[in-house]
Amino acid sequence: MAEIAGDRLPAAASRNEMRRPARSPRRTLALLALLALFCSALFMTLGAHGNWSFVLPFRAPKLAAMIVVGHAIALSTVVFQTLSGNRILTPSIMGFDTLYALIQTLIVFLAGTTFLAVSDPRLIFAAETVVMILFALGLYGSLLKGGARDLFRLLLVGVILGVLFRSLAGFLQRLIDPNAFVVLQDRLYASFNSIDTELLAIAFVAIGIVTLIFWRLLPLLDVLALGRDIATSLGVDPDRLTRVSLGLVAVLVSVSTALVGPVTFFGLLVASLAVALVGSRRHAETLAAASLIAVICLVGGQTILERVLGFDTALGIVIEFFGGVVFLAIVMRRGLT
Amino acid sequence: MIEAAALTKFYGETRVVDRASLTLTTPGVTAIIGPNGAGKSTLLSMIARLLPIDEGRAFVDGLDVTRTKGADLARRISVLRQENGLLARLTVRDLIGFGRFPHSRGRLTAADHAKIDEALAFLELGPLAGRYLDELSGGQRQRAFVAMVLAQDTRAILLDEPLNNLDIRHAVSMMRLVRRAADELGKVVVVVLHDINFASAFADRVVAMRDGRIVADGPVEAVVTEAVIEAVFGLPVMVREIEGQRSCLFRR
Ligand SMILES: Nc1ncnc2c1ncn2[C@@H]1O[C@H](COP(=O)(O)OP(=O)(O)O)[C@@H](O)[C@H]1O
Ligand SMILES: [Mg+2]
Repeated sequence: MAEIAGDRLPAAASRNEMRRPARSPRRTLALLALLALFCSALFMTLGAHGNWSFVLPFRAPKLAAMIVVGHAIALSTVVFQTLSGNRILTPSIMGFDTLYALIQTLIVFLAGTTFLAVSDPRLIFAAETVVMILFALGLYGSLLKGGARDLFRLLLVGVILGVLFRSLAGFLQRLIDPNAFVVLQDRLYASFNSIDTELLAIAFVAIGIVTLIFWRLLPLLDVLALGRDIATSLGVDPDRLTRVSLGLVAVLVSVSTALVGPVTFFGLLVASLAVALVGSRRHAETLAAASLIAVICLVGGQTILERVLGFDTALGIVIEFFGGVVFLAIVMRRGLT
Repeated sequence: MIEAAALTKFYGETRVVDRASLTLTTPGVTAIIGPNGAGKSTLLSMIARLLPIDEGRAFVDGLDVTRTKGADLARRISVLRQENGLLARLTVRDLIGFGRFPHSRGRLTAADHAKIDEALAFLELGPLAGRYLDELSGGQRQRAFVAMVLAQDTRAILLDEPLNNLDIRHAVSMMRLVRRAADELGKVVVVVLHDINFASAFADRVVAMRDGRIVADGPVEAVVTEAVIEAVFGLPVMVREIEGQRSCLFRR
């Protein structure tokens, strides 16, 4: 008994010393925050040539939208990975944002142009979000209930749902009357280059509330990351926490999809980078890092592409490319076990 | 403390746990033995509310486990399952800290840190406290999980095969520790063991299961006998008293 700790291998201990991250998560977070601020400042000022009164009101909403979207995607991805118990699945890989696009189409299809003409876009957004929450809970709630141990099945279901939603939406779009379709098209083809800033205020409020609620749930999510059984033993109800969090993730996906359209691999990219940089010991740290990285990628990427290189349509493509590479790397390196 | 009344679990048509009843009131070590698939883990999981109960009821401190709030139960009973897959990458100290969750809700106080240190010391994990779990051997990791359960500081503790992955020296120290938890800390420990000799050497009481049913329940002398063990495992054995310790040997 006395020697029970004696089996520590000296070699392992020293290797461990080397592998211990050199920086504390706090320092890394502070650096990321600085970098995010720097990117934002550059985005606002670069190439303004002193035309502040023209440039600032034009750029500020775009910056705000990128911050909101980055935060929404980062938060929803990290939380969803905890809910599904792995680091490969994300809401978009599971077809969440194509579901939202389908709901957008469905509402236009059912309500028609008159409804769209008289209604406030924010009201429509709210309606879509409510429908989205219900669908997400119904569909994904049952998938994740009782734990999501079978990753293959989930991934397959996600891919199939994504294709299904997309083709259903495509089918409905063909049936919609052409005037309504023009309205819809504006909304469906939002992208990083044509951000729908009309919804910005309501998006801010929605994201703010969701972030506050998650702030209170952080300790519970930390416990859930130990697995369902341990969480239950520690007094956390995994099914209830999953339901609540899934509803909130649905709101986040609604916001980001409404603003910039579906983005498949970006969430995976920022979540993986966050875990690599600050680890996964605490959701507070991982989430903060993921959000900051998302803002850095979006705002920094947009600044470089638009102001430095002079391309202004490529950000979505570049981000999806890197995200896709990360996805492949994870799957190739670790497999799906 | 723990009362299971005719607990039953169905998978399809089969009763994998069949009207199992068990009452534990005093501190001590109770070992559950039985062949693979006898329903030991399932029984433990139902008592610990990790699996829904199909028939029967389970109480902890007089509280019905299916109706009581999880947070209230978590201060009364803790459980360690056979396999634990973590999503987070944690140090030993982080993991043990989670054992305090039912008391601290995630904000560790000085008292919580004292309990964590106590658990680290109890399992002699002090030198490994800062190591990540994926840098430990299977046995060290197993001890870290047991330390977490101990830090939870509940009177009832359920351990499902805690000797998995442990060599004989560590298995013996783990069982001595389980003994000390009962004797010194007054814990009511239920431990699933597949080695009958560990049960007979360390337990006060042995519960034998077969095909979902509890077929024997009593002190070591009553359960670890050739007749009972042969009936439970379906294997001829010799039971001998060696230097005052009852041992079970298989026949070639
Ligand atoms: N999820 C499940 N679905 C179907 N059968 C199961 C499931 N879990 C356990 N069983 C069956 O229940 C029986 C009891 O399992 P278990 O309690 O794990 O046995 P033990 O722990 O005694 O080895 C076994 O026959 C096992 O195959
Ligand atoms: Mg078992």
